[in-house]
Formats: sequence, C-alpha cells, structure tokens
Amino acid sequence: MANVSAIATDLPVARPKYGSMNRDRIWALRWSYFFLVLFAIFFLLPPIYMLITSLKTSAEISAATNPWWVFNPTLDNYKELLTSNSYLTYFRNSAIVSVVVVSITMLISVPAAFALARMKFWGSATLATGVFLTYLIPETLLFIPLFKMFAIFNEWTGIALINRWWVLLILYPTLTVPFCTWIMIGYFASIPKELDEAALIDGATWMQTLTKIFIPVALPGLIAATIFAFTVSWAQFLYPLAFTTSADQLVLPVGIITSLIKGDVFNWGQIMTGALLGAAPPLIIYAFLMDYYIAGLTAGATKG
Amino acid sequence: MVDATISAPASRQMARPQSSLRKTMQRKSTIAFLMALPLILMIVILVLYPAIFSIHLAMLNKSMERFVGWNNFTFLFGRQTFWMVVQQSCVFAITAVLFKAIIGFIVAHFVHNIPSKGQRKWRGMLLVPWVIPPAMSCLAWLWLFDPSYSAFNWVLALFGVGPIPWTGDANWARFSVILVNIWIGAPFFMIMYLAALKSVPDQLYEAAKIDGASWWQVIWFITLPMMRNIIAITALFSLIVTFANFDIVRVLTAGGPIDMTHVFATWSFRVGIEGGDLPLGATVSLFMVPILSVAAIFILRDITKRGSEV
Amino acid sequence: MAEVTLSKIVKKYDEVEAVRGIDLDISDHEFVVLVGPSGCGKSTTLRMIAGLEDITGGEILIGGDIVNDVPPKDRDIAMVFQNYALYPHMTVAENMSFGLRLKRFPKAEIKKRVDEAARILDITELLERKPKALSGGQRQRVAMGRAIVRNPKVFLFDEPLSNLDAKLRVQMRTEIKKVHQKVRTTTVYVTHDQVEAMTLADRVVVMNHGLIEQVGPPNELYHSPRTRFVAGFIGSPAMNFIPARIEQNGSGLAIKLNDKLAFPVPEARKTRYEKYAGKNDMLLGLRPEHITEAHGHMEPGKIPFDANLEVTEPMGMETLVYFPLNGTQICGRVNPKAGAQDGAPMQLAADLNNMHLIDAASGRVL
Repeated sequence: MANVSAIATDLPVARPKYGSMNRDRIWALRWSYFFLVLFAIFFLLPPIYMLITSLKTSAEISAATNPWWVFNPTLDNYKELLTSNSYLTYFRNSAIVSVVVVSITMLISVPAAFALARMKFWGSATLATGVFLTYLIPETLLFIPLFKMFAIFNEWTGIALINRWWVLLILYPTLTVPFCTWIMIGYFASIPKELDEAALIDGATWMQTLTKIFIPVALPGLIAATIFAFTVSWAQFLYPLAFTTSADQLVLPVGIITSLIKGDVFNWGQIMTGALLGAAPPLIIYAFLMDYYIAGLTAGATKG
Repeated sequence: MVDATISAPASRQMARPQSSLRKTMQRKSTIAFLMALPLILMIVILVLYPAIFSIHLAMLNKSMERFVGWNNFTFLFGRQTFWMVVQQSCVFAITAVLFKAIIGFIVAHFVHNIPSKGQRKWRGMLLVPWVIPPAMSCLAWLWLFDPSYSAFNWVLALFGVGPIPWTGDANWARFSVILVNIWIGAPFFMIMYLAALKSVPDQLYEAAKIDGASWWQVIWFITLPMMRNIIAITALFSLIVTFANFDIVRVLTAGGPIDMTHVFATWSFRVGIEGGDLPLGATVSLFMVPILSVAAIFILRDITKRGSEV
Repeated sequence: MAEVTLSKIVKKYDEVEAVRGIDLDISDHEFVVLVGPSGCGKSTTLRMIAGLEDITGGEILIGGDIVNDVPPKDRDIAMVFQNYALYPHMTVAENMSFGLRLKRFPKAEIKKRVDEAARILDITELLERKPKALSGGQRQRVAMGRAIVRNPKVFLFDEPLSNLDAKLRVQMRTEIKKVHQKVRTTTVYVTHDQVEAMTLADRVVVMNHGLIEQVGPPNELYHSPRTRFVAGFIGSPAMNFIPARIEQNGSGLAIKLNDKLAFPVPEARKTRYEKYAGKNDMLLGLRPEHITEAHGHMEPGKIPFDANLEVTEPMGMETLVYFPLNGTQICGRVNPKAGAQDGAPMQLAADLNNMHLIDAASGRVL
C-alpha cells in the first residue's frame, strides 16, 4: 500500500523530467548531426576537389571562374592518362609490387604468428615483443643505412638492387610483416586452446592444425592483415622515392609526383586524375571490406 | 609379484621417457622455430642490422672512407638549420597529435551519439582521409594551397580576406603541414576512440545518470577514465608515426620555404639521398631515436601490463 | 576397447605438484568418474591420459601398452571438452569426420560411421549445420558424436556438462549414460559435480590435493566414506561434523557432545569404537537425512534431542532445518508436516545406526 502511494506521488514530478530529458536528447542529436556534417565536409573536401579538378580542361583550371564547380566537364584527363604508357607502367609496377608483397607478408607472418601464439619455443616471448618493437621502427630511420647496405651489396656481388622496382619487394615486407604478425598473434591467441587440442587428438599435425583449423577460423584477421599489407604497400612513398629513379621503375605515388610535375609546370588536371586513380584501389577495397579494415586498424593496439 | 611386474617396466621407462619426451618437445620447438625463421631473418637482416649499421654510418665522413667519430654530430649542433629542424619536428608532432586526439575524440563522440544504424555510414565517410595514400591526398592539398589558384583563397576572397600564402610563408607553411597531418590522422583517432566508447558498458552510463551526473560529468568521470588506456596508446602510436613522418612535408613544401618546415625525416632525405652525404643523413635520422624509444617504452609497458592482466 | 592403468602418476609444473602419485586401474567397458574440487588434479590426470600434458613420473597404460611417449593422435582416444571445441567453420558432419578424414578413411566408411553416430545421438537432421546454429545441448551431442565416430579405445570427458543450464545438464547426463550403455567404450569422466559423479559412474574416484582419497562404486562412497573429505564431499546437503568425545558409559559407549548432550553408541558399533574411549578431538559424522523429527515410538539407535531451529527451508518433499550445536551449524531433514518453524524449538532424533566417527586430526573415518 505504501509502495503504491509513493509511486503515485512520484509520477507527476518525474514526468516533466522525462520530457526535458527527451528534449535534451533531441538537441544533442541535432548538434551531433550538425558537427558531423561539418567534419565530413572537412574530411571529404580534398578527395572531392580532386574529382572536380580531374573533370576540368586545363583552360578551365587556369580560368578565374569558381574553382568548386565544373562548367565544361570532360573525361580528357582520364583518357590521356589511361593511354599514357608511363602512367600505366607506374600502375602496373604498383600492382605487381603490392600483390607480391602481400603474398610474401602472409607467407612469413602467418606461420610465424602461429608459432609464437601456440607453439612456445625458446625465446618466443622475446621474439613476440621484438616483432612489436620492429613495428614501431619507422622507415624514415632505416632508409639511409639500407640504401648504403644495398650499394655495398652491389659492389660485392655485382647485383644491382638500387633503381630496380623489385627492390621494393625486399623493402616493403619490413613495414608489413611486423604488424601483420602482431595482429595475427592476437587473432590466433583468441582461438580457444581446446580447439587445437581437439585437432591434436583428431590426429592433425601442427601444419594441418594451422591450415585446416587456425587459418579458416581466423579468416577475418587474415583478411584484415591482407588489407593492411596491401594499403601500406600501395601507399609507401619514401622507399620508392629513395631507391628508384628511372621512369620505368617507378611506382604510382612517386611516378605521379616526379613525372607529372615537370619543373614549375603543374598540369593539375592530370595530377589530380592520376592521384584519384592512384587512390582508387585502396578506396575500393575499403568500400567493400570496411569492417575488416577497421577491425585490423583497431586490432593493432587492442589485441595482444 | 604385482609389484615386480609394475616396477620392471617402470625402471626400464625411467631413463627412456625423459629423453624421448624431451625429444618430442624439442621437435615441436624446432618446427616452431622453423616457422618463425623467415620472420627472424627478415627482422635481423633488414631491420636490426640497418639500425645498428646506421650508427656506424653516422660516424663516417661524407665519402665514407674515414671514421670521424662524433664529428657529424658536433657539426650538426653547430648548424642553425639543425636546431630549426629539431624545433619544427617537435612542434609539428606535438601540435598535430594533440589536435588529432581532440578532434578524433569529439568526432567519435558525435558518431557515438547518433542512432547506431547510421553510425556505420558516418564512420565509413569520416575514415576516408586515412585510406587515401598520403602522397596522393597531399597532392590535392597542394593544389588547394596553390599560390595562384588556391580554391581556399577563392572562398576567402568572397569574404574579403586577402590571399593566404599557404605554403609560401614560413609560418603559414608550418600551419599547413600540421593541418594536413591532422586531416590525415584524426580519423584514426576517431576509429580508436569509437571502439573504446563502445566498450564502455551502458550500465555505467545508466548508473551515472541515476546518480544525477550531467553530460560533462559523465564524460569526465566515466568516459575518459574508461578510455584512458586507449587514449594513451593511440596518442603514443600517433606520436611515433607523426614524429617520423615524411610524406606530408615532402609533398607539400619539400622542406621549404628555405628549410623552414623540414622535419627530421625530410631533412635527412635531403641531406643523405639528394645531397649525397649518407653519413650526415644517417646522423640526422638518428636524432629521432630518443623520442621514438621513449614512446615505444611507454607503449610496451602498456601492452605487457594488459597482457598480464588478462 | 581397452583397460586403462595409471601407476604412480606424478605431474609437476615447475615446483608445484599438481598430481602426486596416483594409482588407478580402469577395466574394459568401465565408466569411471574423477571428481574433486577445482585444483585437485583431476583435469590434469585426464589430460595426461589424453597425451595433452607430459607425464613427470610414473606411467600410463592404455590397452596394455605404455603410452607415456605416444602422441595423442596415436593413443586411440577421443575427448569431449568443456566448451565442446567444435571447429566453427565446419558443419556437424565435417566436425565429426575430421579425424577420420585426416587418417584417410574411405568416404563410404566415413559416411557409415557418421550416420551411425548421428543415429545414436539423434542428430541426423543437424548434420549439415554449423556449430553456431546449434543449441548448447546439440553442440554437446556433436562433441560426443565426434568421439563416437572415431571408435576409440577410450572416451575422455572433461567437465562436458558444466556449460549447460541446470535442466539440460540433468537431461544430457541421462543421455551420456544411455550412449555409454550402447557403445560400451571405456570412459574416464572428469567433473566437479558430485551428483554427476554419483549418477554416471560405475566407480567414482574422489581426488583432493593431487591424491586419490577413495575409489569405489557410488553407494559405497556414500555409505562408507573412508575419509572426512569424501564424507563431506559426497552428498548434498553435506554431512554434519559435530565435535565430540567418546566415553565409557557403564557397560556401553557414549558420544559426548557437551555437558548436556550425549548419545549412546549402538551395540553394533561398540566393538569398533571401544578402543577410542576417552579420546578427545573426535567428530561425529551424521548425514542430514539421519537427523529427523522425533516420534513417540522409535527403533533402537535413534536418539531424541532438543534443538532450537534457526532457519527452515521447505523443499516440498522434505524440510531442511538448521540449528546450532557445539558451535557448528547442523542440518537436518524433517517431514514437511512435522511443524518445523523458524526460531522455534523442536524435538529431533539422531539415527546413530548410520553414524560415522572421524578422527579430527588425521581425517580418517574410524
């Protein structure tokens, strides 16, 4: 009885409270959307401006008209680039390098991650930490000694590594393997121990446990690692800039910057088109596999 | 009798199980070691060795024929450009990380605020700067900053604000490279913080509301403490990446005007590769090590701490 | 089908001894349950039989062969894990046949065995599903199916029911017993739940601190426990232990609880306990069902006494009553119609025909 009356007297007091909370929430929502739109404009402006410029003729680019609008849209920039031998060479080099680096990365990091996550051996804990530390070493610290090492290697063996596009196949894994190993360790470690014990009892060897159980079960992690390796290889700028110079050995980022910018003459229509096409592969992968991409991004810091 | 039958094989076993047990254990570690061997080789040859070699390199003269000890270092200490690079690198990294963190947090909060079915779409849009290869997006910024055709200046002119020399004036150029860095990096913070926000249990917010906390009290007493770990580790990661950044400054200003925007990475490239003085370039890049290792130690401490908590 | 023998098994983790030398003979077709509190070494023992843990000392024989150095896959055993350990990316049929496929059995044989196991477990219609789409009980069956298709010498169960809710657990318990009656494979089953142990086992092995406390059929363990630990561990609610002292009382013996209360020892037990007369530090062990309401007319050995009930718990078919005695809380089981009430005095009767006398120092049942 006492309870009932207490609720009855409380209700009228509580009601306007709820009403104001609702109104607060609606306002919070409106503000959220307002700021999100502002930030979205800030974040999407450059790629949109790339698209706008890529659709303009050189005449319109240098005209004093509104730069944010295309008055005479044209696909000439695209046609020209996609028929230009040098651009296609850059694209091909980039594609080959990225695909091969992804394969190398997976071949190195998946078995290593499995060994580190499941088959403890002497020094394995230290090695896991070492892998993580390696991931923290930036390429800007290593490119000069590597450059010199490759030059010495050339003197000794006569094999020229510098100014060959495939030197990137040696260099890029140093950027991709540590991170991929690290997140694969995290993914493998989250697989219940009983699963490999069950496989062991079922008669699987370690290799079979890896290929038949761990890789399929940790497939999302594998996809995330693959995406990471691909985007890193595709976007890498310092190594190709330092290690390759001849036009036919360049990959996209360097190719666009060195060949489309000739002295002080900037052909902005073509540069923007080239940059947009160059940004397309990672963007397309991102559009289709966003969840894996984000999972991989957060896994680096939250797993392990 | 029973004892005898049991103890006979037992004594025969006593020697054997030890050794063959160890053998199977050894075989397992051998397989494991072989599986990790490519990784070990790669790290040793292409990361560890160059890192050490770089110290040796830094102690040679320009033609790399003579050992000059600390000469390269003392030479740098005497150069004004060097101190400008130190200052610029620190200002660049600290300001950029700070603003990335703040903007990332704010945006993450707004995304977290809206109904969850729209979150995926917004999150997807807002991460685009992180996905585009930096060298490519910097070209777009370079075009937006163009001295004569800057699309920003065109908009500003509508409000009567005079043309801004985005990359022409030293201070504006410094501002520009930081702005672009924030643009590229803030989405990463946003994603990390969003993941952290989602990991805070709803009951905590409900309990805080029942206790009568206002929205900023909720942020201050619940959200931030719960996210402290992620905030710290993301900032440290970003500090390393930003401090060692090359692409942005290289594409936007190439260090100019007159070396005013160089950071360690771009200056060591200019000195080492373009200037042909590899030892001096190596010396410059080695100056990144102290800050990088401090950040790395903190990250490692956090990671191992969390590892032992699990 | 095979017998399993453990002799002087020892397991050390660094300096900690998890299993401290146990001997156990399990005969063919037998269902043996290892039971004990967590950390008693029962799971470690099972994992050593499976080959998932190295054996520090002693030896394990399966079907007469020493298997200490034999890897798990060559021991011809099958194991059911607590979390089932089903391969999430494989269908039920693929899960069950994985071991056979690795051993390159002919397809027809695999299919025959999977269908047979599915029939026994009544999961035929689930064969094409993934584990994710199964309920807890169904996963449990699949895990058992995976063990059955291998037709191994020994089944090993590691707490297979503890992830299920109470109702399903009882159901699956019966299910496991039925399956064992059908396939008759030697089974070693680990659990911490003494009810599971009692209901499933041909013989129960009670373990504590890495040692075997007692081995025996369920009823033997219940009615004649050999140690205080077994007496207290088996049975729910647990046996009452009341500090007491044995005294010569004229021609008979008496168990003196305190100045006011003493129970005469029944004639049948007299010779057994005589030598302890005058000793302190004894414990009188009485199960709750041997403390009941007093009747006007009682058979010999049942002794009435007065108690002040603190709490009563009506269970329906009986009422549990709790009261203090000699500084411990005692539990009794009375008829729900006997009128037990919280905080009220009640006359109860102790059935000393079923008493146990325990030496408090050694923990041995005398």
